[in-house]
Amino acid sequence: MFRFIVRRLLQMIVAFFGTTLIVYALMFAGQGDPIQALAGERPVTEAQRAYLTEKYHLDATGVGGFFYRYFDYLSNLLRGDLGESLTGRSIGDILAAAWPVTIKLALIAIAVAVIFGVTAGVLAGIRRASIFDNATLLLTLLVLGIPTIVLAPLAQYYLGVRWQLFPPTAGADPDFYALLLPGIVLGSLSLATALRLTRTSVAENLRADYVRTARSKGLPRRRVVSVHVLRNSLIPVITFLGVELGNLMSGAIITEGVFNIPGVGFNLFRGIRTEDGPLVVGIVSVLVVVYLVANLVVDILYAVLDPRIRYE
Amino acid sequence: MSQPTPASATPPGGHLLDLRDLHVEFRTQEGVAKVINGVSYHLDAGETLAVLGESGSGKSVTAQAIMGILDSPPAHISAGQIRYRGRDLLSLPEEQRRQVRGKEIAMIFQDALSALNPVFPVGWQIGETLRQRLGMSRADARRRVVELMELVQIPAASTRLGDYPHQFSGGMRQRVMIAMALAMEPKVLIADEPTTALDVTVQAQIMDLLADLRRDLDMAMILITHDLGVVADVADRIAVMYAGRIVEHADVRSLYRAPAHPYTKGLLNSIPRLDQRGGKLATIRGLPPNLMRIPSGCPFHPRCPYAQQVCVDVVPHDLVLGDGRTSACHFAQEVRDDRTS
Repeated sequence: MFRFIVRRLLQMIVAFFGTTLIVYALMFAGQGDPIQALAGERPVTEAQRAYLTEKYHLDATGVGGFFYRYFDYLSNLLRGDLGESLTGRSIGDILAAAWPVTIKLALIAIAVAVIFGVTAGVLAGIRRASIFDNATLLLTLLVLGIPTIVLAPLAQYYLGVRWQLFPPTAGADPDFYALLLPGIVLGSLSLATALRLTRTSVAENLRADYVRTARSKGLPRRRVVSVHVLRNSLIPVITFLGVELGNLMSGAIITEGVFNIPGVGFNLFRGIRTEDGPLVVGIVSVLVVVYLVANLVVDILYAVLDPRIRYE
Repeated sequence: MSQPTPASATPPGGHLLDLRDLHVEFRTQEGVAKVINGVSYHLDAGETLAVLGESGSGKSVTAQAIMGILDSPPAHISAGQIRYRGRDLLSLPEEQRRQVRGKEIAMIFQDALSALNPVFPVGWQIGETLRQRLGMSRADARRRVVELMELVQIPAASTRLGDYPHQFSGGMRQRVMIAMALAMEPKVLIADEPTTALDVTVQAQIMDLLADLRRDLDMAMILITHDLGVVADVADRIAVMYAGRIVEHADVRSLYRAPAHPYTKGLLNSIPRLDQRGGKLATIRGLPPNLMRIPSGCPFHPRCPYAQQVCVDVVPHDLVLGDGRTSACHFAQEVRDDRTS
């Protein structure tokens, strides 16, 4: 197990360098004149140009210059300095403000998926081909079929504006209630997938040989299902939810955009739209780390849940 | 938790376990498969009955019907009785039925790797009924589990409690299975092809272990197998099944000496023998019938070398041949006395 973790950590380092390099290259390599992009439509004086060239090491050109800037950026990153966005704000500060909001949103979404998705999935799996099973199948197909870009505004309009059950937008520093509707919208997709996955897994395990053994031991059906079947069925579900939490932690561009939530996805989208290279690369670098860590945790969790899997 | 179990004594003259005219069908979308068609057999305290037959002959389904663990749907018990100590198990409510399971009648399965739960340690699985059904404390259950594991001769039992099924060899896993079945001290042990998944040397060890345990713990045993070699040393009586029926029923010696059903004869002839080396192996021609379209008359007639017109037209009844032997063949006497093959 220890060797597995070490090996995975080494892989993570490679993945980290690879991803940041690609994002850095995509963001800066294709740019025409970064200084003019920074200034927008306004004219740039010679003094400003000289200052910015100096500041961003733009005097070094070509591939060598690119790598010079990339490694300069990385060395700052490793010291914990994410640099400044083109608007002059510290990217560290932007993330420190945005991340708690995104994490809250992600946790609400995952809670929705677990509470409703897994529970309904277990029930549907036990009562296969029942009315409940068919109804959930239809509903989940519907949810999976509607893209968030449609679902989010619909929910916002009906639940937020028409019936006024929830605040239609979150705004700066949102509380739990304001994040509830976006959390449900965001979680509905994970919910549907978790439900289908749980249902299939439960239905499959109910037919397993060890279930027959458990019944032949004279255990009540309740215990056979809640201990023997569930423990096995939830292994793939928990794996999925772990990866999903990693995804959600990296922000939800559409949902955060529609509900005006100042989270990571919101900032990332703004960075892309305004061609704010340092902001985009800074956020993505951190997202890569979050995602890699989440995957490592899932892999370790998988080995803990399923004793047949021991990484060596 | 623990209601009084049906502990009424076996009625005088009655059998410990008595199957009467059991019918089971599988109702599927493709049609109804008649898997068990009037099986009757009985088991007395302390004896071993071997149930012999090819795959699909209904021997495992009969056992699962006795245990009450048939998957329903598709399985449906359409007629018959399963009397245990004089009470028909099929008429009991599920809760009382459950009390019989494991405690009165226990079962061990063919493939221990899939029959054991992969994510729980073996000690936990053996002790589960002790804790759940007998209300034992963890410490007491643990002690008893070690005893059980020693009983089935698992070496270093106390250090292996926390191991998972996949960490054991095939033979050891089957021993775990047996220990688990013995936990509640059942009166009847059903062993469903307990050695099929094992190496030949290990097969003999497990069969010896089962025979010893049956004697020491004074259980009755139903041994389900398709392996004639396994049966001879262990069983008292043999019931041969074909297409969901018992076609021959006899004590081991008479059956081996002079089988009275062409199917049994075919099975015995198909055992490779050292004194006939180099010759072609004997087989039973044809295939077992499709249970959705069982042949008319005697279901074995399309494959039977003795078949006459009567076999196509009339379903043979059990013919009593004396010494408690029966054979469901129109020509049972002739087959028994025919020593040509």
